[in-house]
Amino acid sequence: MMHVGAKRSLLGAILIAVVVSLLSAQFNRYYRDVAIDVAINIVLAVSLNLINGHTGQFSLGHAGFMAVGGYIAAKITLVFGVAAAAWSQPLIFLGALLTGGIVAALAGLAVGVPSLRLRGDYLAIVTLGFGEIIRVIFQTSETFGAATGLVAIPKWTTLGWGFGVAAITVYVVGSLVNSTYGRGFLAVHDDEIAAGAMGINPVRYKVTAFVVGAFFAGVAGGLFAHSKTTLSPTGFDFMKSIDIVVMVILGGMGNTVGVIIAAVLLTAVQEPLRALGPLRGIVFALIIIVLMMLRPQGLFSFGKKKGANA
Amino acid sequence: MSTPLLELKDVTIRFGGLTAISAFDLRIGDRELVGLIGPNGAGKTTAFNLITGVYQPTEGAIHFAGRTTLGHRPHQIAKRGIARTFQNIRLFGSMDVFDNVRTAVQVHRPHGIRDALVRMAGFRRGEKDVEKHVMELLEIFGLHGQRDEMAKSLPYGDQRRLEIVRALATRPKLLLLDEPAAGMNPTEKIELMKLIRFVQGKFGLAVLLVEHDMKVVMGICERIAVLDYGQKIGEGTPAEIQKNPKVIAAYLGQEAEHA
Repeated sequence: MMHVGAKRSLLGAILIAVVVSLLSAQFNRYYRDVAIDVAINIVLAVSLNLINGHTGQFSLGHAGFMAVGGYIAAKITLVFGVAAAAWSQPLIFLGALLTGGIVAALAGLAVGVPSLRLRGDYLAIVTLGFGEIIRVIFQTSETFGAATGLVAIPKWTTLGWGFGVAAITVYVVGSLVNSTYGRGFLAVHDDEIAAGAMGINPVRYKVTAFVVGAFFAGVAGGLFAHSKTTLSPTGFDFMKSIDIVVMVILGGMGNTVGVIIAAVLLTAVQEPLRALGPLRGIVFALIIIVLMMLRPQGLFSFGKKKGANA
Repeated sequence: MSTPLLELKDVTIRFGGLTAISAFDLRIGDRELVGLIGPNGAGKTTAFNLITGVYQPTEGAIHFAGRTTLGHRPHQIAKRGIARTFQNIRLFGSMDVFDNVRTAVQVHRPHGIRDALVRMAGFRRGEKDVEKHVMELLEIFGLHGQRDEMAKSLPYGDQRRLEIVRALATRPKLLLLDEPAAGMNPTEKIELMKLIRFVQGKFGLAVLLVEHDMKVVMGICERIAVLDYGQKIGEGTPAEIQKNPKVIAAYLGQEAEHA
């Protein structure tokens, strides 16, 4: 039963990816870029949802992991990719994305292990500090362009790449959680002591969540770098992490479908608001405040309602 | 008894200046039903936390099935066959009844993260087995009708029973029950006594029961140990305990005469 669910979500995601890619020729450049942003935000939000939603660890460091992946991937393509033969470029891109993801996962491990003794607000502060450290490292490193960042990154992120990665992220997080093994993430979220008493190793699940979540954030960073073609350290500040956290909270912590919808909505709603000019930030913030007041459990937390009034 | 299933020897635990349990000895044999009683704050739940590895003793030794449990973390001890329920019910709140039990079954499941991702035939068969096993357990306790209900929305007595089912799903050799009769009415208490005896026989378990309700404790335990201010002040059969002057003074008081 559970694997049918995971399979269905994979098929759905692949279908969307294929349809969107086929249609991509019809879109103008602007809509294509917005759609790629949507895909990247889906990857970020769904992977953060594994950490914050399913496992219940409050991380504010997702932009940091994204920065690691973005910078590493961009550096690799700038060094090896630009002059390479056209046929080999997708391979180099794939390698760059994976390497970025793996380095980000290692960063996730580095943050995850010492943070395990911390809970709630304290963990949030540590991950926030980590994100800032990462940003400052890139800001001061000459190799990575210091304050200017990296420029002239090849624009290789297509809709197919974006939604392909989004589909894989949804599948991986979905399959991890929707299995007997995966109930452990929720158990750690609900009650660590009870989880331990049932033979679940909370440390392992938390580290796994951090490593897997950071990996996909890193890959999202790579996609982002090759979509925007420039990277600057300010793009990965604390506000970026908050944006992703908002998507997860708005979607309903631990609800993959809800988080995807929230990622799509929040990315899309930014665009028409541009007409408002400087008021945009205020209106966007107001929308979120009102939504949170009306639906504190998240917009789409329908999964948890069953049996609640039994 | 030859080699006891669980043996606590001279176990002491101090929290700063407070000695919560001092030089505590306890032996539990295979399939034995032992009670642990004492006034509030006597250290009963602390004893549970020591046995399950939540706390490490300051001094003394704990052996389970012939091997030490010291330095082992709670999940490792659970894997070795000690399961427990909690005084203040700790079910997994975001899960339904079925998943609460399913979570506990995975202790003995060989499939991990890689299998969950690749989902080969063996994994899927395993998941089917898990589902069958969980449903069998739920049926034994009459909870299969509520499989899709959220655990927290169950009536209180059902939540207590679900906690026992979840503990049994880890296939324990020793089951620790922390005040299972708390908040139950007399009829439910009688049901609970039947249930504990049934579980012990059906699954071949040893049971250590912490309970304030003397009818329940005296009614089902073969042997009872009494804690007061962290010290064991008596141990014996229910009849012996009821006559023990120290126990009467510290805990039973007048109640013993009515029992």
